[in-house]
Amino acid sequence: MFPGSFDYRAPTTLDEATTVLSERGEEAKVLAGGQSLIPLLKLRLASPALLVDIGRIPGLDRIELRDGGLTIGARVRHADLERDRRLATTFALLAETAPWVSDPLVRNLGTVGGSLCHADPAGDWGSVMLALGAELVLRSRAGERVVQASSFFVAPFEPALRPDELLTEIRIPAPRGRSAGTYLKLERKVGDFATVGVALQLEMTDGHVARCGIGLTAVAPTNREATEAGAALVGKELTDEAIAKAAQLAAAAADPRDDIRGPADYKRDVVRVFVQRGLRTLRRSLEEARS
Amino acid sequence: MSVEVRPLGGIGESVKRKEDARFLRGKGNYLDDLTLPGMLHMAILRSPHAHARIRAIDTSMAQAAPGVVAVVTGELLAQHKLAWMPTLSGDTQAVLATDKVRFQGQEVACVVAETRYQAEDALQLIDVDYEVLPAITSPQQAMAEGAPLIRDDKQGQQDNHIYHWEAGDREATDRAFASAAKVVRLTTHYPRSHPAPLETCGIVADVNPATGKATLYMTSQAPHAIRTVFSLVAGLPEHQIRIIAPDIGGGFGNKVPVYPGYVVATAASLLLGRPVKWVEDRTENLISTGFARDFHMTGELALDHDNRMIGLRVSLLSDNGAFYADAQPSKFRAGLFHIVTGSYDIPAAHVTADGYYTNKAPGGVAYRCSFRVTEASFLIERLVTNAALELGIDQTELRLRNFIRPEQFPYRSATGWVYDSGDYQRAMRLAMEKLGYEDLRREQAERRARGELMGIGVASFTEVVGAGHGAEFDIMGLRMFDSAELRVHPTGKAVLKLGVKTQGQGHETTFAQIVAQELGIPAADVEVQHGDTDNTPYGLGTYASRSTPTAGAATAVVSRKLRDKARKLAAHLLEAAEEDLEWERGRFFVRGSPERAKTIQEVAFAAYTNLPEGMEPGLEGVTYYDPPNMTFPFGTYMVVADVDRGTGQVKVRRVVAVDDCGVRINPMIVEGQIQGGLCEGWGIAFTEQITFDPDGNCIGSNFTDYLLPTAWETPEFETYATVTPSPHHPLGAKGVGESATVGSPAAYVNAVIDALWPLGVTNIDMPVTPDKVWAALRARGVGE
Repeated sequence: MFPGSFDYRAPTTLDEATTVLSERGEEAKVLAGGQSLIPLLKLRLASPALLVDIGRIPGLDRIELRDGGLTIGARVRHADLERDRRLATTFALLAETAPWVSDPLVRNLGTVGGSLCHADPAGDWGSVMLALGAELVLRSRAGERVVQASSFFVAPFEPALRPDELLTEIRIPAPRGRSAGTYLKLERKVGDFATVGVALQLEMTDGHVARCGIGLTAVAPTNREATEAGAALVGKELTDEAIAKAAQLAAAAADPRDDIRGPADYKRDVVRVFVQRGLRTLRRSLEEARS
Repeated sequence: MSVEVRPLGGIGESVKRKEDARFLRGKGNYLDDLTLPGMLHMAILRSPHAHARIRAIDTSMAQAAPGVVAVVTGELLAQHKLAWMPTLSGDTQAVLATDKVRFQGQEVACVVAETRYQAEDALQLIDVDYEVLPAITSPQQAMAEGAPLIRDDKQGQQDNHIYHWEAGDREATDRAFASAAKVVRLTTHYPRSHPAPLETCGIVADVNPATGKATLYMTSQAPHAIRTVFSLVAGLPEHQIRIIAPDIGGGFGNKVPVYPGYVVATAASLLLGRPVKWVEDRTENLISTGFARDFHMTGELALDHDNRMIGLRVSLLSDNGAFYADAQPSKFRAGLFHIVTGSYDIPAAHVTADGYYTNKAPGGVAYRCSFRVTEASFLIERLVTNAALELGIDQTELRLRNFIRPEQFPYRSATGWVYDSGDYQRAMRLAMEKLGYEDLRREQAERRARGELMGIGVASFTEVVGAGHGAEFDIMGLRMFDSAELRVHPTGKAVLKLGVKTQGQGHETTFAQIVAQELGIPAADVEVQHGDTDNTPYGLGTYASRSTPTAGAATAVVSRKLRDKARKLAAHLLEAAEEDLEWERGRFFVRGSPERAKTIQEVAFAAYTNLPEGMEPGLEGVTYYDPPNMTFPFGTYMVVADVDRGTGQVKVRRVVAVDDCGVRINPMIVEGQIQGGLCEGWGIAFTEQITFDPDGNCIGSNFTDYLLPTAWETPEFETYATVTPSPHHPLGAKGVGESATVGSPAAYVNAVIDALWPLGVTNIDMPVTPDKVWAALRARGVGE
């Protein structure tokens, strides 16, 4: 567990950071919380020539609720979301997911933005951002661009992020109507990556589904949105039949592989079970909130 | 002389651990804390292949890399006759591969450099040309016709078979089965697990070029035995070897063997004249050092019309990896597995065992288990549960009916053990009462009616721990006794020197408590020293729950020897006859005149200042204790579990553990041992496995995939005790370090099987993972 040698830069402004990346981005890795990158370095699975530590750039750690939407700075740590009491009533999916991320030691250091840029198909936040319809703001010397979460996860460990770009913030749109969200995760032990994870964001108007975001963890080459399953619910009442149908569509959208965590058909079935359980839970919590 | 009145801290007191002050404050001294002047660092290049012929090794680039002092290959070691070394089981093991690599992670070359980073960088520059060969990853493959020969280095070795071993009486067992009313059969694999101590293995080898003395700081559970082995391997005179085992962060059997890194680091220090440090990283520890278990077992239990057990037949295949390097008593090829009749009065039993080489890491160690007792206990307890379920009688009833009864002790088992003491009925009844067994069975019936899956698991284990006696138990011929040397200073403080070595068991506290009990010197006034072969009497080390049965007994005996001398001194001081003196803890007084007394501290002072004519000065002694028999701790564990129909997840709701390890020296430390073992047992039952793919790649090579349990996922443990003293141990104590790892896995698995039995599920091999449970449920049409 001894990394190879590397250069280290710790810019103190975003401009300085993007300048460094414009010059040496191809051989650099951005270091935020380090909870994925440092193990990779120690195992010598990654040997970048340069680490660009964004830990000293001010302003990247904000969590802002505005007009019903939410902005999460690139260096917000998992624990920050876990402890933000506002989220339970606004974006319960975020509040519920945070304690599922790894273990407390990792959550105290690891960042949401870092996890997204790592683009591990077993990462929890990717599914959550898909379910929430989030946007990612990417900055480079050339300027800023906004990428939908649904376009961000290109391939395993490959985000739609150019070597000269830095993720600066994540924007989550305001939900329509009344909303509820939950994250279901099957893990072998606390701190493990998901065997299967399902992120659910349910938004209801007048007793009908306005939007249902379903994000899947660890059952496809990337975090994947079960778009058909979500779309099948839109405009409908949330009946047992509708839920069962959506659960089946979500399972069909999964493309898991056999591995040490279990065979593909097991994981696909757990997706179905989780979507079904999760939607029933959300239906109940919205009903309870109303009464 | 004024005497401070202090708490004694004798046997039965939960004295806080002396060692914790330094551990909790970061003031311990572990191997990797050690830095010597001029010290070099070593890193090991390991085989990426499970089985491959080495065509060539090019080290020229590495030799030229910055900071590199030496690159060591098997070829270089061969010139010094060190390319191979003997194992503790009488086989040979490659130190650095010369001909072939035989498991993934095998040691191929070493770089010694000024820093560890430079050594690691240089490893990447070594070019090894491999010819990859087919890999064997199970004993079934190893015995197949035409299987590749793994040990072509051994003259006369024609196949992959290592040993055949039997215990018990085959004919008597066959007769029992012929007359049986019912035979229950179970085939199961006890998966390969790893002790995974938090501190990995390592050495700082310091061979002084001027004196020739080798001081080897080593993470060793058995420093004396290892010194002897080193002397034999390296041809160094034994008095020129000093092994110091500093603070050790967990051993669990993993730190008993001699590993190639120790040998190379020592050779490098000898050749370079500078100290050399090598410390494993986590992956090295998991993929190359002593694993545990990996037994494929088939058991058959014969019962008569009254549901009495009349015969047990077991055959097992042992996967020993590429070298037969099990650390176990030399007469027993499959360890002490023949304790497999467990807690039951089974008149006939027979065991056959066959060991095979595979392309996996060597070194079957007793991972918190007295030499394969864990596998034996698991098999019999799984069999008995399945027998009860098949017969439709309660699991506790079948056990109570067949337990060895208290009046049968000492009890000679069908495989030849003589059990010292036990009261299995009492332990089980206490467990049932504390669990609320009958109520839970009612709850289970109600839940079943609603389609819910709930199970109650039972295991009533009996262990055999505390090797020797020496005539029967030896390692490489060294008899398995142990020792204690006690020296009382003039002011009445004492130092106790042990041949055993703690890795966290609390020896510095409990052994002081034994002295307190026997000699009346407060435990706080007794310093326990261990781990330094220049400074302690010879012993075989700490593993297999043997420290209390052997060195604990030695400590009691040497304390009593000193007390005898103290009595003579007290008689002199009190001007009384020895036989007129009474002993109460800490003082002698004249019978009938309790005010005429001398404390042990006053007596100790006299031993150096005021002696009777003709008496040798001083108050010290040494005892070597060869126990007359093993000790047989036992207990009953009960587990309540709920199974999720949708995901296959098992949630352990409750664990009740009743342990009987005889007299408890420090109940708090015993409790800690049991809590830890129940936790490790949970891991073995549900998450831990060193897995290999068909090419022999080791999957469980880090803590992402080798899943050690933590407090987060393990249940709360409810622990209770009964006390049935060992009749032959001076203190009535038995070993306890391993009871819970031995006894609990079967209880956890039995809970799952109990839940699923009505569906027709009779077995799920460990680890019982959610996907296996899900598959068993779906195969029977159960889902959500």
